[in-house]
Amino acid sequence: MRFQLIGVNHKSAPVEVRERLAIPESRLPDACRELAAYPGIEEGMVISTCNRVEVVTHTANGHADLRGFLHEHFRLTAADLDEHLYEFREKDAVRHIFRVASSLDSMVVGEAQILGQVKEAYATARAVGAVRGQLDQLFSRAFAVAKRVRTETSVGSSSVSIASVAVELAKKIFGSLEGKTVFIVGAGKMSELAARHLMAHGCASIFVSNRTYERAIGLAEKFNGQAIRFDDLYATCDRADIVITSTGSPHAIFRREHGEQFLARRKNRPMFFIDIAVPRDVSPDMAKLDGIFAYDIDDLQQAVSSHVADRRKEAELAEAIIASEVERFEARLHTLDVVPTIVSLQDHLETIRQAEIDRARGRMGQLTAEQEIALEALTRGIINKVMHTPITTLKTAAKESEATTIVEVVRRLFNLHNKEAPQPAKKHEEETRD
Amino acid sequence: MSLLWLRFALGCYFISLIYAFFALTRTSDLFSRIALHAASLGMVFHFVSLVELFLSGQVVWASVHNGESLLAFFSMTFFMIVYAIYQTTSPGVVVFPIVFFLTFVAAVDQQPVLLTQYVSHKGWLVAHIILIFTGYAALVLSFGASLLYLLQERRLKSKKPTSLISFLPALEVIDQIGYRSLLLGFPFMTLGLLTGTILAATTYGHVDFLDPVFLLSLLMWAVYMLMVFTRWNSGWRGRRAAVLATFAFFAAIVAWAANYFSAIHRFAAS
Repeated sequence: MRFQLIGVNHKSAPVEVRERLAIPESRLPDACRELAAYPGIEEGMVISTCNRVEVVTHTANGHADLRGFLHEHFRLTAADLDEHLYEFREKDAVRHIFRVASSLDSMVVGEAQILGQVKEAYATARAVGAVRGQLDQLFSRAFAVAKRVRTETSVGSSSVSIASVAVELAKKIFGSLEGKTVFIVGAGKMSELAARHLMAHGCASIFVSNRTYERAIGLAEKFNGQAIRFDDLYATCDRADIVITSTGSPHAIFRREHGEQFLARRKNRPMFFIDIAVPRDVSPDMAKLDGIFAYDIDDLQQAVSSHVADRRKEAELAEAIIASEVERFEARLHTLDVVPTIVSLQDHLETIRQAEIDRARGRMGQLTAEQEIALEALTRGIINKVMHTPITTLKTAAKESEATTIVEVVRRLFNLHNKEAPQPAKKHEEETRD
Repeated sequence: MSLLWLRFALGCYFISLIYAFFALTRTSDLFSRIALHAASLGMVFHFVSLVELFLSGQVVWASVHNGESLLAFFSMTFFMIVYAIYQTTSPGVVVFPIVFFLTFVAAVDQQPVLLTQYVSHKGWLVAHIILIFTGYAALVLSFGASLLYLLQERRLKSKKPTSLISFLPALEVIDQIGYRSLLLGFPFMTLGLLTGTILAATTYGHVDFLDPVFLLSLLMWAVYMLMVFTRWNSGWRGRRAAVLATFAFFAAIVAWAANYFSAIHRFAAS
């Protein structure tokens, strides 16, 4: 189990750092390829969401220079990055992945979106061949664990989410949301969800703007709203009280001068910007204006954190599930580790048995059918009896820490080192997937 | 006797005052209900005190202290109206201390500064006092609302989830309270100043434009008008509106304090 993981998340790094590390979807395959080709790395995968950027690998010797990879890939120095990084190995890395997939490490604990995002990252890495054996098993298991956590605890059932927090904040600004206008900039799933919540609380009308106008029309139709061409964004935006923005723009699209224009046209009536984009769409300069209330993804996290206490109890239950699943996964991986040795041993003894039978036939001449059967039964019986104890010991040891030592001893005793270890049986792989 | 009722009222307002200090740091429904009941009871005592003063045949309108008592009562009335409409006790954070202070000064047993002993146009005087005090009370509330607006705005801008001052109503609600008080108070204040000027002119035969009370009242009115105008014209809110409201409020206090030095309200003595 030579898993190694490095990354930043919403807890370890502010949005200013995370936005420098964010990898757009289109560049993710290249990043995975680059990672898999990095020295010391056998398999690799990159998870990049607005709250985390993580590099998950299976290494050749358990000590790949993942920091070096990040420095090279993002052209950042150790001083810029290292203080924000966390790194996990082996069992800890497995636990972390299980926690991420189960949404226990999320900004909003229990939110469902992260599982989809991890699955997408996994599919991308798999498609470019960066994920094959070990990571494949790890993530297959992680998805099963996430499913278990979701069904066995109610961690995901509470309504606390970015969307409901946005509604709460909007109410703190506007009081009633009756008759308020919402503007969605950048048609994403999260902004759609937030808009749906706001509409459910009384917002009257909605505008949608997207660089791809057709997508804006599609989303506007869902809400009975109006699609606005991206070029007309600044001319119309002041008509909205609440703006949900989540574009993939590398720079802020709402700057101070825009805020000043909006406020002048609105006679200083306040505007609420929900900025769920990373990098951020609303510049910090604009957020300072009187009358502009801009909450970025980190601010929303803070607002959410007060609700998180309610979920803590369920999260504890989920953590217990994760702990037991990590043990199970580790045991299973160890079992997989001993399987090649057992197969080699069986092959080795079978080769010896066949050779001895051939020699016996040479000495004894033509054997009758009954004699052939008796000889076969005799030798096979001896082999099975001899093999029974070592195989049982190996299988038992697989669940314990000394597995590697025992495997090594068996391989040395029977001189199995020179023989190529066969791959684990397909059915073991299948078992790991639920 | 009226002073005794006023002191009962002061005791009740004291409970509200404690609420005003605590409400800034913690939220308690029970405490705000107690404060509200105490304030209501205080108003009853206060009302009795004012009625008794009026019925006693003394010149109710004559002293600065009685004026302060009347202003405190009007401010409390405004507070209760706001509570009835918006179901929020938060303006009490500003209104309660002011009301307590005014009632306290009025309830102190000392020879009050007399404004006037005799006026030939008593109807005008009553109109002047009621109008101007209604304007003052609206200004107190508007000032309170602008401070609360600033607090709430800061809280929302700081983005820290905290229960601190979470009792505050929504920003737009505070804004409405402030703006409506402003709009309501302005005509009263304008008419109050006009009646005062007419009253002075008819009593003296002329108006002393250099009198501190007159000048400060004019300044306060000008700022008041500026507030209404900037709000109506360019929707000034938040910090700028709070600065103006604070300025108008202090101009009002200074104009009121000038009564202790000015001759304009002592025309009857002449």
